Amino acid sequence: MTVPRVERPGLFYPKLPATWWLRNANYFRFMLRELSSVFIAVFLVVFLVQLHRLPQGPGAYAAYLETLRAPGWIIFHVVALAFALYHSVTWFNLTGVVQVVRLGERQVPPWLVAGSSFALWAVVSVVLLWFLLRG
Amino acid sequence: MATRKTSEPFWWLLFAAGGMVAALLVPVHLLVQGLAVPLGWTSISHARMLALAGHPLVKLYLFALIALPLYHWAHRFRFILEDLGLRGLRTPIAILCYGAAVLGTVATLWVLWQI
Repeated sequence: MTVPRVERPGLFYPKLPATWWLRNANYFRFMLRELSSVFIAVFLVVFLVQLHRLPQGPGAYAAYLETLRAPGWIIFHVVALAFALYHSVTWFNLTGVVQVVRLGERQVPPWLVAGSSFALWAVVSVVLLWFLLRG
Repeated sequence: MATRKTSEPFWWLLFAAGGMVAALLVPVHLLVQGLAVPLGWTSISHARMLALAGHPLVKLYLFALIALPLYHWAHRFRFILEDLGLRGLRTPIAILCYGAAVLGTVATLWVLWQI
């Protein structure tokens, strides 16, 4: 990197090797969680291309779906699904920590907030599945 | 320094909204469109997809589904790069990441407009 470091005075910048996240399981899981966003974004771009093919007629659309049958794309989608589920689980677990819900004087326990998020996820998923798969 | 104005809260809000949308909606779409349809477990006809995507409310839904998680990606990817040691490139990385998300948003609008 030839660009000079623009460092703000008064802030501490630890010097870490680029492989710091391989050092322990927690760091590694953190990196996996961050990386999940990349797979989700790629899937959404693929989806956008699919939507782009839609008005071009049944032929163009079918050709695109055929591309997605390639083993490479299937493997990508399996991996992406695993990452997406990991994102969902870590995200909903966090809602219990981040979102403090109060009922009058009492605070709703974090596990209940997280539990409600998981319940909402289940309901939304079932509704979406029904909507996508019905005749 | 403490009162320096930044656009950070704005991007963070988009990050949080995108994270929520991704967590709630993306797994099902991935399962159906990425695996179930290509592997032949189910099929969604072109006519039905076109009719669905042509509905204004569905378009609004698709816009949120695709555009918001791009900001979630931008925010996380930006910090992945910084955490891997590219801290000296803070500003160009931020511009590149959020810029890509904005570009994605425009592309999404354009694609949905044509359906």
